[in-house]
Amino acid sequence: MSEQPLKVSVVEADRDRALMIVDGLRETGTFEVDVIGDSSGLARRLSEMSPDVVLIDVANPNRDILEELALASGPKERAVAMFVDQSDSQMTRAAIDAGVSAYVVDGLRKERIKPVLDAAIARFQLFARMRIELETTKAALAERKVIDRAKGLLMKARGLSEDEAYALLRKTAMDQSRKVADVAQALVTASDLLG
Amino acid sequence: MNLDRIACGFVPLVDCAPLVVARELGFAAEEGIDLELQKQPSWSAIRDKLVFGDLHAAHMLSVLPVAMSMGLGGAAARIDALSVLSVNGDVVGVDPALAARMQAAGVDRSVDQATAVGRALISAAGGPLRIGVPFPFSMHAELLYYWLSALGLEAPRDLDVRTVPPPRMAEAIAAGEIDAFCVGEPWGSVAVDLGAAEIVLPGAAIWQFAPEKVLAVRHDWTRTHTGCAMRLIRAVWRAARWLGEADNRLTVSDLLARPEYLDRPAEIIDRALSGHLILAKDARPVRVPRFLEFFDCAATFPWRSQAVWMARRWSARAGVEREAAKAAARACYRADLYRTALQSIGADVPGASEKVEGALSVRTEVASSKGEMFLGPDRFFDGAIFDPSTA
Repeated sequence: MSEQPLKVSVVEADRDRALMIVDGLRETGTFEVDVIGDSSGLARRLSEMSPDVVLIDVANPNRDILEELALASGPKERAVAMFVDQSDSQMTRAAIDAGVSAYVVDGLRKERIKPVLDAAIARFQLFARMRIELETTKAALAERKVIDRAKGLLMKARGLSEDEAYALLRKTAMDQSRKVADVAQALVTASDLLG
Repeated sequence: MNLDRIACGFVPLVDCAPLVVARELGFAAEEGIDLELQKQPSWSAIRDKLVFGDLHAAHMLSVLPVAMSMGLGGAAARIDALSVLSVNGDVVGVDPALAARMQAAGVDRSVDQATAVGRALISAAGGPLRIGVPFPFSMHAELLYYWLSALGLEAPRDLDVRTVPPPRMAEAIAAGEIDAFCVGEPWGSVAVDLGAAEIVLPGAAIWQFAPEKVLAVRHDWTRTHTGCAMRLIRAVWRAARWLGEADNRLTVSDLLARPEYLDRPAEIIDRALSGHLILAKDARPVRVPRFLEFFDCAATFPWRSQAVWMARRWSARAGVEREAAKAAARACYRADLYRTALQSIGADVPGASEKVEGALSVRTEVASSKGEMFLGPDRFFDGAIFDPSTA
């Protein structure tokens, strides 16, 4: 195998996510990878680097800039197209579901693109899972905080113990078919308003 | 009643109003449609999701379905434009320093003098012009190429039209990446309020009746869901008719201002809807005739001649065979389906599917199903006439 390693550009502003994708690619094979984090001058930077494959989040607003590169007009410019494999729609589907879009230089063989896309898909999925977990943890933490504040308010205003305050919040929530955190939030908001 | 769910993508712009109104005012539900509106981050995303079936319908740049049907760009596919969602509504904005030099060169801004403004812009720039547009396949790009090449600029030597996502236009001008932009509202006004740009010309001064956005679906979807497509055409047409009533304007700006839609102040949205634009920071609003049209003068009709105009321009640029490009364009703009869908409710629809573009300088009565139809002025700034049958 004397082929040159593929040049892959990753357009991603989130540093952690970009690093994860780069790691994923490094584990898969030998690629020349670079990350573009800043969207200003994106088209210029890409034409300087002249990558074989560009990886970008499907939801990234800067994707429209890449569309321009698909319309190469000069002989020195390289035509790029979004990678859509009609013969393997499953892979294309998986990429879109994971949120990856890949722009590939004209004439690149599918066997060479597949490992790049597979690695990117896996890392995008992993990152999405981690983000959901992080958000769940954050939300739980925020709920705990607001419940603690509400308990404190009840303990002070009505002379209750901590357990009694929590029991009252829970009973109110059950009576109103609401979440404990929502009742707590309402109490905290009301208390803030009343000063 | 069970409603048919139609997932419809939109980009948060003032001209997505017919879709928002169709949903929020109940016009879609009246036609048995649950119009689920999904905000999209880019035109590439909206196009791909439509092609891959994540969306049934989409708010789309008028040129994009024609280009896709011609096989241009990523994810090409046969797309049907069921109706036109909006006519006009773009603005040309320039760097304030450039605007000052234009003033020294004669004229810095106008709502209708495209030749004078264009000459001043070319002379003030004193070299190649870099102009941002939201997407390569767009009326924004076509208007710029049309306008500036008629005034002597040659692309790409003197004119570099490049893609900049609309929310970044102000920043891109401030950073010196571009000298000017052509963009839809509210982004022109946003850049003006930031002091990053001055509006020097509305798009309507280049072509008085330019289709800007269309309602797009996949061609195979229209084939398998013809009834649904016709109900969608009717729902959006009723929404456009409602939008055409001046009394409803403030309701529309409030509706569009909501976080799930544009998430921008209603005041800035109202400038486009009222056609009273603020062209430079702290300047007084000026009235722009026919700045943005949703309904009047058959604005919703998908004229095949306009699709042919777009195809003709792109076939020359991309080296696509001319006759094939024109055929793809005619098949893409579904004047046939539009007519069938709307005649059944007694709406007035044009008798022809194509017309000579650029021939009307005043409001003119034309043949229609009920005989009550007027078309508006549709002149190109240079007085050119486009005849689709000989193009």
